[in-house]
Amino acid sequence: MPSPDTRPASGAAALDDPGQARALLWQMLRIRRFEEKCAELYSAGKIRGFLHLYIGEEAIAAGAMPALAERDHVLATYREHGHALARGVPAGAIMAEMYGKQEGCSRGRGGSMHLFDAGRHFIGGSAIVGGALPLAVGYALADRLAGRDSVTACFFGDGAVAEGEFHESLNLAALWQLPVLFLCENNRYAMGTALERHQSQVDLAAKAAAYRLPSESVDGMDVVAVARTTEAAVDRVRAGQGPMFLEYRTYRFRAHSMFDPELYRDKAEVEQWKKRCPIETFARDAVASGLLAATARDELEREVAEEVAAAVAFAEAGTWEPVEHLCHDVYAREVRP
Amino acid sequence: MSEFRMPSLGADMESGTLVEWLIRPGERVERGQVVAVVETQKGAIDVEIWEAGSVERLVAEEGQKVPVGEVLALIRGEDEATGRQVPADRHTLEASRAPDLSPPPARAIPETPAAGERLRISPAARKRAAELGLDPAGVSGSGVGGSVTLDDIARAAEAGEPAPSARTAPTTDAHAAMRQAIAAAMARSKREIPHYYLGHTLCVEPALAWLEAHNAERPVAERLIFPVLQLRAVALALEAVPELNGWYRDGAFQPAEGVHLGVAIALRGGGLVAPALHDTDRLSPDAMMTALRDLLTRARKDRLRSSELTAAGLTVTNLGDLGVESVQGVIYPPQVALVGFGCLVERPWVRDGQVVAARCLHASLAADHRVSDGAIGARFLRQLTDHLQEPERLWPT
Amino acid sequence: MTTQTIAYREALRQGLHAALARDERVFLMGEDVGRYGGTYAVSHGLLEAFGEARIRDTPLSESAFTGAGIGAALNGLRPIVEIMTVNFSLLALDQIMNNAATLRHMSGGQLNVPLVIRMTTGGGRQLAAQHSHSLEGWYAHIPGLRIVAPATHEDARGMLLAALEDPDPVLIFEHALLLNVEGTVKGEPHPMELDHAVIRREGGQVSLITYGGMLHKTLAAADQLAAAGIDAEVLDLRTLRPLDDAAIMASVAKTHRVVVVDEGWRSGSLSAEIITRINEQAFFELDAPPVRVCTQEVPIPYPRHLEDAAIPQIEDIVAAVHRLMGGPGSGATS
Repeated sequence: MPSPDTRPASGAAALDDPGQARALLWQMLRIRRFEEKCAELYSAGKIRGFLHLYIGEEAIAAGAMPALAERDHVLATYREHGHALARGVPAGAIMAEMYGKQEGCSRGRGGSMHLFDAGRHFIGGSAIVGGALPLAVGYALADRLAGRDSVTACFFGDGAVAEGEFHESLNLAALWQLPVLFLCENNRYAMGTALERHQSQVDLAAKAAAYRLPSESVDGMDVVAVARTTEAAVDRVRAGQGPMFLEYRTYRFRAHSMFDPELYRDKAEVEQWKKRCPIETFARDAVASGLLAATARDELEREVAEEVAAAVAFAEAGTWEPVEHLCHDVYAREVRP
Repeated sequence: MSEFRMPSLGADMESGTLVEWLIRPGERVERGQVVAVVETQKGAIDVEIWEAGSVERLVAEEGQKVPVGEVLALIRGEDEATGRQVPADRHTLEASRAPDLSPPPARAIPETPAAGERLRISPAARKRAAELGLDPAGVSGSGVGGSVTLDDIARAAEAGEPAPSARTAPTTDAHAAMRQAIAAAMARSKREIPHYYLGHTLCVEPALAWLEAHNAERPVAERLIFPVLQLRAVALALEAVPELNGWYRDGAFQPAEGVHLGVAIALRGGGLVAPALHDTDRLSPDAMMTALRDLLTRARKDRLRSSELTAAGLTVTNLGDLGVESVQGVIYPPQVALVGFGCLVERPWVRDGQVVAARCLHASLAADHRVSDGAIGARFLRQLTDHLQEPERLWPT
Repeated sequence: MTTQTIAYREALRQGLHAALARDERVFLMGEDVGRYGGTYAVSHGLLEAFGEARIRDTPLSESAFTGAGIGAALNGLRPIVEIMTVNFSLLALDQIMNNAATLRHMSGGQLNVPLVIRMTTGGGRQLAAQHSHSLEGWYAHIPGLRIVAPATHEDARGMLLAALEDPDPVLIFEHALLLNVEGTVKGEPHPMELDHAVIRREGGQVSLITYGGMLHKTLAAADQLAAAGIDAEVLDLRTLRPLDDAAIMASVAKTHRVVVVDEGWRSGSLSAEIITRINEQAFFELDAPPVRVCTQEVPIPYPRHLEDAAIPQIEDIVAAVHRLMGGPGSGATS
């Protein structure tokens, strides 16, 4: 058995813990199956609003999230179902949120794009591209000023690097050496605009380096590489060595949102990436290397199917927030406008 | 969707104050249902609605003074889909007005100011005037754009009779307002209507004998009074001569449907109203007595219904109680005739070639020469006197 | 209690000092609040007293440091973010509107943002069209924010303290022309509640409703009106969201005439909101059409005479009241 120092840094072969292998596959599968169900429910009209699916990018949330401690903070985007699931927000609460039911993790007020779970420090869904980055800096500043060793992890996409808030936030975090982990999920498209068509510098790590942030790029389709790299980054940030930037190179298999005919990319390109599906490659390799039994996949599929079915049942059984509560929680006190 | 508007309840009515809604949004209303109480110069009036449906929205608020023809409420018709609102243009607004007693638009001096000429009065002054029962129309304004302000209302209230209490002040003002209204209507009548007058003295001994016989076995409360016979005779005469039953509007005579006689009622403390006795020609003696008593009572309590102020096609005035022998009346526009009765007087009367003492009555007709000529008036008066002199013909069995 | 006469700037500083001294969670963050001593010298001396960790100079990154303030508030601290001037706050509008104002409701009540943002507002200093506007009315449009405008010295100290006790985001608008104005305060700074408007001058004939920098011009106008025999009441709104409807309606019910004096523009404005509420709630109390005295609808120009013409002046307020009361010059209507 190779020592940690000599073990390969990526692929299932890099793992020696069957429990961890099973956990990673389980997490990716539940995100995938949960979202497939979301697409179906959206088509049936059960879920409305915008629905942005993470399918294809599961390795990032599944691999990165275990690196974070309970006391750490997680901020994400509007494509955050996977992050919420991986952070431990119950699938039923997420599904109920998408239904708009008051049993949802945001009382049904936010929907797909605004999943929150304060108890799990999941300051989830921001639907303003780049809008969560300054908040992440603030979370880290508070921890620093209060003398806590929490890390704030902020997920965002490649589209956000075009926003001023990205640059202001990286600068401020680096200037003040705050414990923030900037986690860029580069799926190559800002909605429908390819990276090459919206950035003069497509090496995103180079942008971070301009603010003197240590940065690293990693294959976002490889759950083990994601896990290893993120663990190291979290350790570094927690140790007080300032903020860090990671780029996960990934791809979304489905359209930007449900209402997107995908005029901007070739089907062949999508098919090419699908061959690198993080779930299929990891499952195949883990079985091949003997880390998982051949039957493990089916067991996990059954387990996940049950969980998704239960989540749907929970959402279906959920209730609508009374209209009289419409103006609750605008202020701490009920305030006449 | 139809619009229920402030009805014009008389040629002299410019606006009314909505005192009370008797309906609420969502309620069903039936044709003829009393839906609101409106305070006019002539007192509070129960206003009926003339379309069945459901109440979509109450537009006017209680306490609000609303010009004639302006929307009070929106009514959804019986088979209208919900949520749809058909905007009415200006033309249909005019046409849909409940009986429009205002003069035709071509007239030089409009009685009802156009919308742009509404009284300029501040909301606070309007509210205060209503509290004082003061008609702000006569108050001159000192505010922005000549509007009537609170101070103007206060000055006007002080300038009036010092009222011993707030309760009596409105009465005084209401009577003043009524006086103004009567003045406007009567002045219009004399200005516009070319009156002609016909009169006839008749012996009423047969009618009185009929009445005494009718009342002989009855308790006091159920006895008829002589005016019931007079009204009956007028109603029958109008059936025979319908040319005098109706209104002169827009340069033409418009006949009334049915016989609804206006009964002039002097109010205690002054003033006059002439509400209609609906379907006068169809009432039995007792029914007419009951209806007349009810009308008198309500007129003196300011609780007349809107239709009673607009339905009359001819008004009957009886000043006999006051010892007047004959009446040369002023027609209540836009009606086209008025019948007046004097008091019963004992006169020498020739019957069967002999001079006898007989109780007599002078009946008069004032009629609008634009609509009828003397021959028609004479025919009417003849019918009237014939019926009164042959009482068995009044309610033939 | 001792009474001191101090400048408005000093009152703001006393408020900040007291806030920092009484709660360790409080820190001040903004452009040049530290070594420079504050653009308007409001925070002068605080760096020496409280240190760099709590008096934080920021880059010129309004969005980032305002958003960081929101994040720090979400994470348990009580930040005071200073934005140099209201026009610059537009660079942080995304954070204020999309995060500070929405997070409590959007998260189903799980999150709250106990953040205070202070900024300078208003014209009168010949700073032209990117430093002189009064946009507090814009912010008052947004549910989830509380908007306050201290006009007196006691409020300048005390509303900050009350704002820091509020569990929701509070934006404080400090009028630049007030900074040098002297006034009295009593004793130590203490929280001044944020819920009520205050009558600064009692009167019976007309209500002058105003706030912030316009309060002083309005009080001066009321003095002139008194000399002309017009008894004006002056209501200081203090809090622009939520508005103290009860105080507004009570004053209107008393005087039956109203003039709203607002340094903001009139179209789609706070003054429009106030008058609409009066129409909705006190229509039958009005004895004359409501009147507004607002800034002319232009970007504020640089030359003194044009800036003066753009911004409401004492004589504008006096003239408006005379027109309303039917006095001198009442023939003209606006």
